[in-house]
Amino acid sequence: MKTRRLDNYGKINRDKILSFSWDKKNYKGFEGDTLASALLANKIGIVGRSFKYHRPRGIFSSGVEESGALVTIGSKDRRDPNVRATTQELYNGLEASGQNAFPNVNFDLAGINNYLGRFFAAGFYYKTFMGIPPLEWGKGTAIWMFFEKFIRKAAGMGSASGLPDPDTYEHAHDFCDLIVVGSGPAGVAAAIEAAEKKLDVILVEQDSLIGGNQLAENDFDNSQIKNQLENLGIKIMTRTTAFGLYDNCVVGLLERVTDHISAPNVKIPRQRFWTIRSKHIIVGAGAIERHIAFNNNDIPGVMTVNASKHYLNRYGVLTGKRIVIATNNDSVYETAHQLSEAGANVTVLDSRTNFEIETNKSFEIRKGYVPYNINGSKKINSLDISKSETINKSETINCDQVLLSGGWSPAVHLLSHRGVKPKWDYNNACFLPSDTKENITMVGSSRGLWNKNDCIASGIAGTTDALNRLGISKTNYFFPKPGGWKNSIQPLYEVKYKKTRSKSFVDYQHDVTTDDVRLAHREGFISVEHLKRYTTLGMANDQGKMGNIIGLSLMAELLNKEIPEVGTTVFRPPYTPVSIGALSGRNVGKHFRPLRVTPMHQWNIDHGAKMIEVGLYQRPWYYPKENETLSDSYIREASTVRKTVGICDVTSLGKIAIQGPDSTEFLNRIYSNGFSKLQVGKARYGIMLRDDGIVMDDGTSWRLAENEYFMTTSTGEAAKVMSWLEELLQTRWTDLNVNVTSVSEQWAGVSVAGPKSREVLNNCVDDSLVITNNNLPFMGVTSTFLKGNIPCRIARISFSGELAFEVYVKSDFANTMMDLLWKNAKKYNGCLYGLEALGALRIEKGHVTAAELDGRVTIDDAGLSRMASTKKSYIGSAMRKRGVLKNNDREILVGFFPANLKETFNAGTIVCEKNNIKGQGIGRITSVTFSPELGHWIGLGFVKGGLDKWKDTNLVGADPVRNKQMNLKVVSPHMIDPKGERMYA
Amino acid sequence: MIRINCPYCGERDHSEFSYGGDATINYPSLDASEKEWTEAIFFRKNIKGYQFETWHHSNGCRMWLVVERSTVTHEIKSVKPCHPNLQKVVENNK
Repeated sequence: MKTRRLDNYGKINRDKILSFSWDKKNYKGFEGDTLASALLANKIGIVGRSFKYHRPRGIFSSGVEESGALVTIGSKDRRDPNVRATTQELYNGLEASGQNAFPNVNFDLAGINNYLGRFFAAGFYYKTFMGIPPLEWGKGTAIWMFFEKFIRKAAGMGSASGLPDPDTYEHAHDFCDLIVVGSGPAGVAAAIEAAEKKLDVILVEQDSLIGGNQLAENDFDNSQIKNQLENLGIKIMTRTTAFGLYDNCVVGLLERVTDHISAPNVKIPRQRFWTIRSKHIIVGAGAIERHIAFNNNDIPGVMTVNASKHYLNRYGVLTGKRIVIATNNDSVYETAHQLSEAGANVTVLDSRTNFEIETNKSFEIRKGYVPYNINGSKKINSLDISKSETINKSETINCDQVLLSGGWSPAVHLLSHRGVKPKWDYNNACFLPSDTKENITMVGSSRGLWNKNDCIASGIAGTTDALNRLGISKTNYFFPKPGGWKNSIQPLYEVKYKKTRSKSFVDYQHDVTTDDVRLAHREGFISVEHLKRYTTLGMANDQGKMGNIIGLSLMAELLNKEIPEVGTTVFRPPYTPVSIGALSGRNVGKHFRPLRVTPMHQWNIDHGAKMIEVGLYQRPWYYPKENETLSDSYIREASTVRKTVGICDVTSLGKIAIQGPDSTEFLNRIYSNGFSKLQVGKARYGIMLRDDGIVMDDGTSWRLAENEYFMTTSTGEAAKVMSWLEELLQTRWTDLNVNVTSVSEQWAGVSVAGPKSREVLNNCVDDSLVITNNNLPFMGVTSTFLKGNIPCRIARISFSGELAFEVYVKSDFANTMMDLLWKNAKKYNGCLYGLEALGALRIEKGHVTAAELDGRVTIDDAGLSRMASTKKSYIGSAMRKRGVLKNNDREILVGFFPANLKETFNAGTIVCEKNNIKGQGIGRITSVTFSPELGHWIGLGFVKGGLDKWKDTNLVGADPVRNKQMNLKVVSPHMIDPKGERMYA
Repeated sequence: MIRINCPYCGERDHSEFSYGGDATINYPSLDASEKEWTEAIFFRKNIKGYQFETWHHSNGCRMWLVVERSTVTHEIKSVKPCHPNLQKVVENNK
C-alpha cells in the first residue's frame, strides 16, 4: 500500500493523537479520523474478506455506501459486527478487527473459494444441495439442512457477540415544521431560507460534521455555516441518520450518541431512535458515486474518485502514488488535479473521445480509454487498459491505485420509501426523483444537480415549495435543470473481459459478478426483483448503493431494453442499518412490556407470595411455608380452602361499571343467558359470544341498582371486552342509553372461600346480619361496610365450589382489607392461596378459563348449553349453530383421570383412541392439577363426542413432546360436588 | 406512521388507536337469519382506494371513529365519531 499521510492536508486535529488496534496490533491516528482514514494512513490495505470468495478487500469509499471495509468494532459484549470503517469515527482505544476470515484478513484459508468460484455462482446452494434425487422425495431439504451450517459459517460477515447488550438505548420524539435531511449546500440553503421565513426547522446530518460533500474540498470551513444555522434557531442533529420516511411526514432518525467516544458515560444512551413528526420534509441526501465493472475491479487499492478526494482533503491521506482514474464524466478532474498537486502521479482514462476539459496539464488524460483488468491479488500491480471503442487489452499501466467514477446516483432512497418510483434520466445516466403529492421535496444532488450553485438554488426553491404547500406563501419558484457538467456523461457500466471466468464485480458486498447477472438471465430470473433475490444483488447493509445501477444496466443489455424498462427495485427503510437495540429502546428486560400489579401486591409479597405473570399482571402464584415446593404449597392451600377458608387476590379481573336506563337490555343482548329478570341485589354468571357464535369471555354481572351493574370479566380479556362493549354502544346500538366505564383499577377484590368463609366475614363486616344465608343467598350482592367504616361490595360468588364471597373495596383500602381478613382467617387456620391452588379448585369443579375458552370453543363445546337462552336473541345466537359448529363430532368439555391413578399428565397432551395414536387425535387436555380432594391427578379438556361416547372406554394420552404416554379415563368435568351443595351452604 | 385527527383529542399517532373494521356494515338485527349474519360478518370487500373504517381511540378518549382512509396512500379524508350524538356535538363545536 502506497498510502501516506500528508503534513499540510486535511482537517484532522494533529495535536490529539489517538491509539487504536486493528486485528490486535496497535496503531495511531488523529482526532477527526475515521477508522478507514486511520487504516489508510497506516498503510493497511486489506481490511476484509469478501462474502463468498473470501477475496481480499480494501476500502472502496468514504461513506455509508461502503461495501468492502466492513469490520467488527469492540469486543466481548460490546462487539459490533459489520460496521463500515468509513463511517466509524476513531476514538482512543478503539478495537477493530477484520471479519469473515481465518486466521485473518491478510491470510485467509478460505481464500481457496476464489479458485472454486464456478461452484459458487448465483443460486449455487439451491442447485447443489436442494432437491437432489432421491433426497427430494419425502425428505425434502435434509441434505441442505446438513450443509447449511457449514455454508453459513463460510459465507458471510461478522458475528454478533451472542451476549446481552450492555448499552442502553432511548426512544425520543420531536415535532417541527420542516425537517431537512442532509447538510450539504442544498440542505443548508433550504434550512436557512425556512428559518428566515419563521419555520421551526430541524437539520439532520449523518456525518459528525455539517457540510456534506463540501467536506471533501480543501478550502471548506463549516464553522461560519454552523454559526449562521445556530443563530437562526435551527436544531442541528449531527451523527444522525434519517433512515426512513413514513406516512404523514413522519421521519425515523437514528442518532449515534456515544459510538465515537472511548469511555462513554454509562448514563447516556448509546443511540437514540427519534420519531420526528414534521409538516414538510426536504431531502438533500446527496448522490453516490458508482464504480465500473471490469475484471478484478475489487483488488485492494480500488476506490471511488470522490472517496480519494475526501481522504486527501479531509483526512490528509494520499491514497496512492501512481494513480489511474477511470471515468466517463467530468466530476473527476478537480480531484485528479488535487491528487497530482499533492504528489501523486495521475493518469485519467476517460471513456469519452470527444470532450473539452480545462486542466493545468499536471496529469495525463487518455481520451477514449477504459480500464480492462487489474493485475494483482492483495494489491494492485498494474492496470491493463483498453480502447473504449473496441474492447481488448491494449497496454498496461503500472500503478498502485485505480480510482473509479462510473457516474453518480442521486440518493432517492428516502423518497422511494414513500412508494415514489424514480425516473431514469438519459442525459445524466441516473435515476432522478419523481414528484410526489406528499409534502416531500428533493433538493441538491439528490435531484441530479452536479454543481454547487445549482444545489443552493434548489435548496431555496425547495423551501419555497414547502411554504407554498403549507399554505404560508404563494411564490413562484423553479428548480435548476438536472446536470451541470460541461460535457455530458457517457454511460459506462461494464468493460467486458475477453477471457472466460472473469471476476467483474457488480456488487462487492455479496460478491455478485457480471457473470452472475448473465447466469440469472439465462435461467430466467429477468425481473429485477427476481434478479435481486437470485443473485443477492443489492442486498445486505449497503443495499446496492453502488452496484444496483450496474446490475440493472447489464440486465437491460441482455434483454435488449432500456434501463427504465427493466425497472428498479424499491428501496425500503432503513437507509443504513439500525441496531436492534435502538429499535427496542428502553423496552427490554423487565420493561419489555408494562407491569401491572394489584394494590395489595406488596402485601402479598410481604406475606410470602411467589408471583407469576398473568397477561401484564403479577399475581400471587403460591404462598410457600418454609421449605415447601410449588406443589406442596398449592396442595396445602387448596385443601385448606376445602377444609376451612382461604383468601385469594382476584383484583386482576376486569371490572366495568354499566350504568343507564337501558343497562338491563344491553346486558341481555350481550350475554347468551337471560339478564332481564335479574333482581337488584343479585349477581349472575354470564357468557358472551362473538358475532360468529364462538365464546368470547365469561364473567359475572352484579345488579347494584335498577340501572346500575358491576361487571367482572376474565383477567386476560378485560381490555377486549371493554372495547367490545364500547364498540357496540357507539357503533351498533346507538339508541341504547348506557354508559360503560372501566373501573378495574378502582376496586381491589379478594375471594374468601371455604366452609368457614362466612364466619371469617362475620368478624370483618360492620353488620354481620347482611351476610347471613337469608340476606345474602348464593349469587346475592350487597353494598355494606367492613369494620373501620370501609365501604365494600360483597357478592356470594364461588369459583372454587365452596361457600365463598368476593369482597371488593376501593383500591386505597386494599391493604386494610387484607389485614382484616387475614387476621380473622388465621383464627380458623385459614390460608392465603394463589393462582395454582385457584386452578386446582376450579379444575376439580370443571370451571372453564382461558385455557379452555381459547377462541375456538362454542358454548355447547364448553358444556354450557344451559347458558344459551332460547327465549331471546343475543350476540352470536344466529351464528352459534352454523355449519361446522353443529357437527356431531365436535370436541366437548370432559374431565380426565389417568386410568392408573398413580400416573400424571400434562396440559397439551393429545387424546387418542387406542391403536390409533397419531396426528391431532380426537381431543386434548387443556388444564391439569393434582386434586387434593381426590388424591390423584385430574384434567380438563376436550374429546370428540364428549363424555357420553367415552365414559366406558379408556383412551390414550399421547405427549410426544415430553415423551410420555398414559391411559386415560373420561369423566364428567364436574369432578367434585357436582350438585353444588357446598356453595349453597 | 398514520396520523389520525381525533375529533376530541386532536391529531395523534395511529399507535394510540386500534383498528376496528369495515364501517359500512349494517349489522342485522339479533334475530336475523344465519344467512344475513354470515353476509355481514364474513363477506368483505377488498377496496383499493378510499374506504370507511372504524378505529377505536383505545389509548386516548376511547371514542370509536369512522375514518375515511385510502388503502393505497394511507391518506385520510375525514374522521368523525361513530355515534351520531357525538357527531352532532363535534359539528356544533366547530
